[in-house]
Amino acid sequence: MKKTLIFGAMAAAGLAAGAVSAGTMDDVKARGTLKCGSNEGLAGFAAPDANGVWNGFDVSLCRAIAAAVLGDPQAVEFVPLTSQTRFTALAAGEVDVLIRNSTWTYSRDTDLKLDFKGVNYYDGQGFMVQKSLGVSSAKELDGATVCIQTGTTTELNLADFFRVNNISYEPVPVATNAEGQQQYLAGACDVYTTDISGLAATRATFENPGDHVILPEVVSKEPLGPVVRHGDNEWGDIVGWTLNLLIAAEELGITSANVAELAAAPTANPEVNRILGTEGELGAMMGLDKDWAVRVISAVGNYGEVFERNIGEATPVGLARGLNAQWTNGGLLYAPPFR
Amino acid sequence: MAAMSAPPREAFRLSQLLYDARYRSLTIQVIASILIMLLLVELVNNTVTNLAALGKDISFGFLWTTAGYDINQQIIPFTSQDTHARAALVGILNTLVVAVLGCILATIIGVLVGVLRLSKNWLVSRLMGVYVEAMRNTPLLIWILIVFAVMTEATPQPREFREGGSASMILWDSVAISNRGVYIPRPVWGEGSGLVVAVFLLSVIGIFFLRAYARRRQEATGDQLPVLWMSLGLFFLPALLAFFALGRPIGLELPELGGFNFTGGIQVRNSFIALWLALSLYTSAFIAENVRGGILAISKGQTEASFALGLRPNRTMQLVILPQALRVIIPPLISQYLNLTKNSSLAIAVGYMDVRSTLGGITINQTGRELEGMLLLGIFYLITSLIISSFMNLYNSNVKLKER
Repeated sequence: MKKTLIFGAMAAAGLAAGAVSAGTMDDVKARGTLKCGSNEGLAGFAAPDANGVWNGFDVSLCRAIAAAVLGDPQAVEFVPLTSQTRFTALAAGEVDVLIRNSTWTYSRDTDLKLDFKGVNYYDGQGFMVQKSLGVSSAKELDGATVCIQTGTTTELNLADFFRVNNISYEPVPVATNAEGQQQYLAGACDVYTTDISGLAATRATFENPGDHVILPEVVSKEPLGPVVRHGDNEWGDIVGWTLNLLIAAEELGITSANVAELAAAPTANPEVNRILGTEGELGAMMGLDKDWAVRVISAVGNYGEVFERNIGEATPVGLARGLNAQWTNGGLLYAPPFR
Repeated sequence: MAAMSAPPREAFRLSQLLYDARYRSLTIQVIASILIMLLLVELVNNTVTNLAALGKDISFGFLWTTAGYDINQQIIPFTSQDTHARAALVGILNTLVVAVLGCILATIIGVLVGVLRLSKNWLVSRLMGVYVEAMRNTPLLIWILIVFAVMTEATPQPREFREGGSASMILWDSVAISNRGVYIPRPVWGEGSGLVVAVFLLSVIGIFFLRAYARRRQEATGDQLPVLWMSLGLFFLPALLAFFALGRPIGLELPELGGFNFTGGIQVRNSFIALWLALSLYTSAFIAENVRGGILAISKGQTEASFALGLRPNRTMQLVILPQALRVIIPPLISQYLNLTKNSSLAIAVGYMDVRSTLGGITINQTGRELEGMLLLGIFYLITSLIISSFMNLYNSNVKLKER
């Protein structure tokens, strides 16, 4: 009986592990769709609209990769994953790439055998409380009840923050952002904590967003980025350089509006020419054709366009560029050269 | 011909393994077990190879590293600096608490509903029928979520209990029902409280002796003692006397609103209440059916015979029907207890920190040791179930038909 159980578990793991042997790029091409692990629903980052079409900041990166590899930004199958299941799903080959507000940490990169291929959003953990509580600093939260998504880095940061400041709290673990939102609004917890971008996105969906404040403390560094399985370097290159392309395109002034015009004939800027395939063979080096960048930019636009369209200050989420501005504007976005 | 005059005890030939009915089954069993072994070896080998290909080894060292997360309901002290193993232990204790309390409440409700369903009162029996069918035929997870939603949405927030708020505490300001849980008074053990507890335990043991004595006396002389009243008296009086004689050493710490939450008292969290109630209500429906089946299994003749001997209905139930019905009820009751214990792993749905949420949830997630964590989890549930069923089997052998 006991043996059966052990072997059953091993069999399950064995079968799951067996599925990820071939190169991910070949799998994606053979399947004709990209399986993108995404959030179960976080406004502005990844959420289906009224027609069931997924939209958002993270979703755009999935679509960009699909446009690069398959030529069709719509050829993406979005697999909603909870914070608990995401890495297991990726490791088991259920998704090709995980773009789900996942923080790049040492242990995930090494021990979990995952590869983070860059940062698409520089975030930090914050706290949201109701304005009527009259709290102005996270250090005043002694004894508060805190809703926290279980299985996240924020769970560990939270424990550290309260321990270091020598104040107590009561954690209320929730499985998803939606559940956390419901608990917080029902008043079952005083504080909701997650990445500040997530707090802003959640607050944007509230009936009265003005009744809630995000406290000034940023208690952690949360570089969020796309994740692939360790060891499949060709696929990792494609994911990483698609992200770099979006960032470089903004820096070089390539937009969805002017990309066709810039790609029609070589321009005065050699890097633009190399990216858009009018000079050199950069696409072939990754196993793609030379128009891959044109397809990506015309499908989703550059990083700045993606940001402004989904989470920028004109949207309900209303995030400022902050750290996520180009390095030329005092931000941290810095794509390596396309050469 | 040599073959025809062969002696009856001829030498063993290899072909007999296939053609001789005496050996054939043995051959088939040996071949089948070799095939099963090969399959298992292949599975283990495949797992290990594939894990190695993913760069993952199998190691339980993660259990001794720092957990880094906090757990709200702790029966033993736990901080984020303790190990994953201790986090697992905290989770195990939380699982056991909800399982034990769930089994007790499910049994009480189940027996009540099962007996009432046999009531001659049409309304009562139909109502119980509706209860059983509604509980049995909907998924447990739905009941957990319903109870949880009611507890969080329909109860007031702690701040409503402030001056001028719309909520107030009940039972002489000792119990507060809020959307974060029910806050109840906590006993404060002062000096001499150990003596009171000791007196209480002694009187409980005394009740058992009293009952044994009453039975012997009745068998010898036919006189009946008022056992119920004497037991009740023994239960309360000595402990109360000791309590007041020692100057009321056991006090109560009432919950008080301070800061964001109530402080003092014991917080019974909503997640616990939701899980406990839903598990009990759900399982009680199955137990009710077991009880009803057990009672119906005793033939009407038993009742009639007992009436003919002059026993009153409640004595008939107590002395004739129930002892026989228990034999039918106990074995399926064991599997209901096991079900309840295993179903408690749905705790994650409401954020109750049982072993599935700590070891099987956060720990796995923070360390990436899915296979190891799930193996440990499986072994824990297996061992727990085996212990429960062995205890229940012990009880079952106590009540089952004694063949003399």
